[in-house]
Amino acid sequence: MANIMYWEAIQRAHDEEMARDPLVICMGEDIGVAGGTYKATKGLYEKYGPLRVMDTPISEGGFTGLGIGASFLGVRPIIEIMSVNFAWLAMDQMFNSAAKVRYMSGGQLTAPCVFRSAGGAAHQLGAQHSARMEKVFMGIAGLRVVTPSNPKQAYGLLKSAIRCDDPVFINEHELMYNMKGEVPDGEYFHPLEGSDVARAGTDVTLFGYNISVHWCLKAAEILDKQYGISAEVVDLYSLSPLDREGIKKSVSKTHRAVIAEEDEAPVGVGSEVIAIINEECFFELDAAPVRVHSALVPQPYNHTLEKAAIPDHEDVVKAVLKLFGKA
Amino acid sequence: MKIEDKKRVLREMVLHRRFEERCYQAYIERKIGGFLHLYPGQEACCNGVMEAARPGHDYVITGYRDHVHAIKCGADPKEVMAELYGKETGSSKGRGGSMHIFDADKRFMGGYALVGGPFPLAAGIAKAIQLKGGDEIAICFLGDAANNQGVFHETLNMAALWKLPVLFVCENNLYGIGTSIERSTAVVHQHKRVAAYNIPADECDGQDIEVVYEHARKAVDHVRSGNGPFFLELMTYRYRGHSMSDSRGYRSREEEELWKQRDPIFILRDRLIKEGALTMDEFEALEKETDAYIENEVIKFSEESPEPRVEDLEKYVFADRETQLPWLTGKAA
Repeated sequence: MANIMYWEAIQRAHDEEMARDPLVICMGEDIGVAGGTYKATKGLYEKYGPLRVMDTPISEGGFTGLGIGASFLGVRPIIEIMSVNFAWLAMDQMFNSAAKVRYMSGGQLTAPCVFRSAGGAAHQLGAQHSARMEKVFMGIAGLRVVTPSNPKQAYGLLKSAIRCDDPVFINEHELMYNMKGEVPDGEYFHPLEGSDVARAGTDVTLFGYNISVHWCLKAAEILDKQYGISAEVVDLYSLSPLDREGIKKSVSKTHRAVIAEEDEAPVGVGSEVIAIINEECFFELDAAPVRVHSALVPQPYNHTLEKAAIPDHEDVVKAVLKLFGKA
Repeated sequence: MKIEDKKRVLREMVLHRRFEERCYQAYIERKIGGFLHLYPGQEACCNGVMEAARPGHDYVITGYRDHVHAIKCGADPKEVMAELYGKETGSSKGRGGSMHIFDADKRFMGGYALVGGPFPLAAGIAKAIQLKGGDEIAICFLGDAANNQGVFHETLNMAALWKLPVLFVCENNLYGIGTSIERSTAVVHQHKRVAAYNIPADECDGQDIEVVYEHARKAVDHVRSGNGPFFLELMTYRYRGHSMSDSRGYRSREEEELWKQRDPIFILRDRLIKEGALTMDEFEALEKETDAYIENEVIKFSEESPEPRVEDLEKYVFADRETQLPWLTGKAA
């Protein structure tokens, strides 16, 4: 096991897959000569050259569509969209071309491409550089959506996404690229479907994904030490499809659920998880499930306002205490 | 063009025309649903370019007015019509419809319904050709109105930058849905718009197939020789409305009649008659023969084909699950 950073894990997955298959390429803004805004493609340009490590113009719709078109002929492009906010410009191609081509061609064409993008709010980047958009991607038929919460997942999910014949959107996080964690030394493929129990517990399930897994883990620690509440943390690394079985299993055990998301509440991961709980295990519930989410505002620049807009582990603790009638 | 090629292409163009007219009839009879964008008037464009290219070898992609391009690439007219009927035997198994005809075996990479959407896909296909090192080219057929989308400019820039083997064919039929080019576009002659990207471009009459062929030959040679992209503009006209609900109130019947006097099929027919290679009787027989083929084979096949099974509703959303299990479950061998 190597203890490496999230960006290093992503870089390693690129490197291994590009060394194995000459049709694996990567493309995006500043990913080549500059080495990538988050270093996720560092050193690849020198190793694989400009034909396979493509510095693109700032044309998200254009280069995303170009990658998708190449994938129709068996090329496996890893398309980096520097910030998820810019993905709005690429969504026509992602949704109308990549996600639908297999269906509307009756299975003749497929778009085996990977879209990677930094989602999440960082520090005072303002309304147009701080969006969380996973909710938009997870509602699209034909598109898989995964979101790694640690370096092992970042490595293994990318490896699997490259090999998978379906288009996969990988939602990363600006604040997590320097996070360290253990990654297996040998080749490792993380499942693109399912969920992980990140911490076992018995009294309440805290559902998180990507950065909110860490709020949940921290909250579980506090709940255990200060309040004697045993919280189970479920990591929903696959947002589409969501793991119905995993959600049902944990809620059937703990009978209570809190869903923590950095995104705004409407039409989001929380609403979807609660719908699944209703459909799968409503009568297992001892209390109504609760969502912890950000405020429904364009992200403010001001530091204090920004902090107020985004939840953290304390909000998760508060939600659980409320659920137990302790707050 | 050689006489025998012209005679063969005339036969194909008559099929293309009669096929589309039969679609119109089937639509009126409610056998075909959804939207239906027909090609009559523009036949010399697709045929002229593809005669200069290699159908089935070169990759072709286009917009929603796609039936004829598919057939020209080698798609079976029976399967194209069955697709319009929404049948399981259709080229996209009834999942695509008129705007989404595909025939991957014939390298017809599909019809797409977002105006301008195929531009970057075509460049991507060219990128794949470049990576794999083949002698194929990508050909993107779109209308003039698509050039007002942002991806047109994004794609031209990348295609020129990376010298991608892609031929952009602009079938300038003077209307974007129901708005004339003068009312939507600052520059009527589209080939002028690509000069900014250092892409060589050409414009010609899109009604005379021999003219199209000669210009397309140079364009195809340029791209296939590794010189990067080329833009070919063909001036043409669609006789019918944009789609079926269009009563053409935005243009005069006189204008339409003027264009019909330069009908691509009649231009070729009359030339062959003049050259002594065809008689009017033979042409009329060809039309009858074509109609009989469409009725007795194409329509019959479509009528008699089965509907898709409702149990298969979700088939083709994702790749076959069994083949993807190592990545879905993480249990890679």
